[in-house]
Amino acid sequence: MIFGLEFPPLGHIVDWPGFVGEGEWWEINKVVLIYGLSALFTALIFTLGNKKQLVPTGAQNLAEVSVEFIEDQIVLPTMGHEGLKWTPYLTSLFFFIFFCNIFEVIPIFQMPANARIALPMFLALLTYVLYNLAGIREHGLFGYFKAMLFPPGVPKALYILVTPIELISTFIVRPFSHTVRLFANLLAGHILLVTFAILSAGLFTAKWYAVFLPLPAFAVVFFTAFEVMVSFLQAYVFALLSGVYIGLSVSHDH
Amino acid sequence: MLLAEITDTGLAALTYGLGAIGPGIGIGYLVGQSVQAMARQPEAAGMVRTTMFLGIAFVEALALIGFVVFFLGGA
Repeated sequence: MIFGLEFPPLGHIVDWPGFVGEGEWWEINKVVLIYGLSALFTALIFTLGNKKQLVPTGAQNLAEVSVEFIEDQIVLPTMGHEGLKWTPYLTSLFFFIFFCNIFEVIPIFQMPANARIALPMFLALLTYVLYNLAGIREHGLFGYFKAMLFPPGVPKALYILVTPIELISTFIVRPFSHTVRLFANLLAGHILLVTFAILSAGLFTAKWYAVFLPLPAFAVVFFTAFEVMVSFLQAYVFALLSGVYIGLSVSHDH
Repeated sequence: MLLAEITDTGLAALTYGLGAIGPGIGIGYLVGQSVQAMARQPEAAGMVRTTMFLGIAFVEALALIGFVVFFLGGA
């Protein structure tokens, strides 16, 4: 109880009852629906954008602009020209995360699927498996671990210090921080919106003209705009870091 | 005694506040230096911006881990 208002516990704002199959493993609830819709939209961008007209229109225009954005902003700075074969993976990753996030501000849904840790964890583990496999394919099993754990150019005696740090930071902390960065950002945004929505709803039921008070109501509008930016930025950062990790594990210059 | 009245939730919130100081300073310094770099060399702005977001992502992770620990400890 704060200001006489009841704030729901954390479980209530991210946990949704199932539409069908409550409690079963295939339970369909709001979050599962959002996964499905996001996968559908991502697939639509790939299929509708695949028209190959000389003068692009509509969906092809959007697809070309976004692929160009991924190539120029993510692939080329992190992996160089050899990394171009990763563009489809990073593009689909970016769009899937972005659509999952943007459901935060779409009425009726208003739930970012990434505020549940399952999806960020799955995507981070997928990237983890992919960049390790890519590194092993590039350097061989032994060569990959040698390149990762014994970075060249370090004095021999310092390997006692460097190798455990590299082991922990590369193979243990990296997928964890990759997960938590996406998950916690979206959860924090969701809590922020819920808090200010409850505040303005409480004021509105007390005195209807209270919605015109500057703080809670305009804060909801402002933070909604902020969440749109966060949705985009976190999808970008997740794809960018995936690119960096893949680039680090396949590069030869360190 | 004041100390006896501090609950787990209050302690978690306080600790998260302390934990957010470092990343706050870090991101402020990082963005400030990036803006300075972009102002001095506008043609390098794209590269600086990518690197800036990368750095922000790494620094921000500390604050976000604190945020998660806050829920684990407080709830």
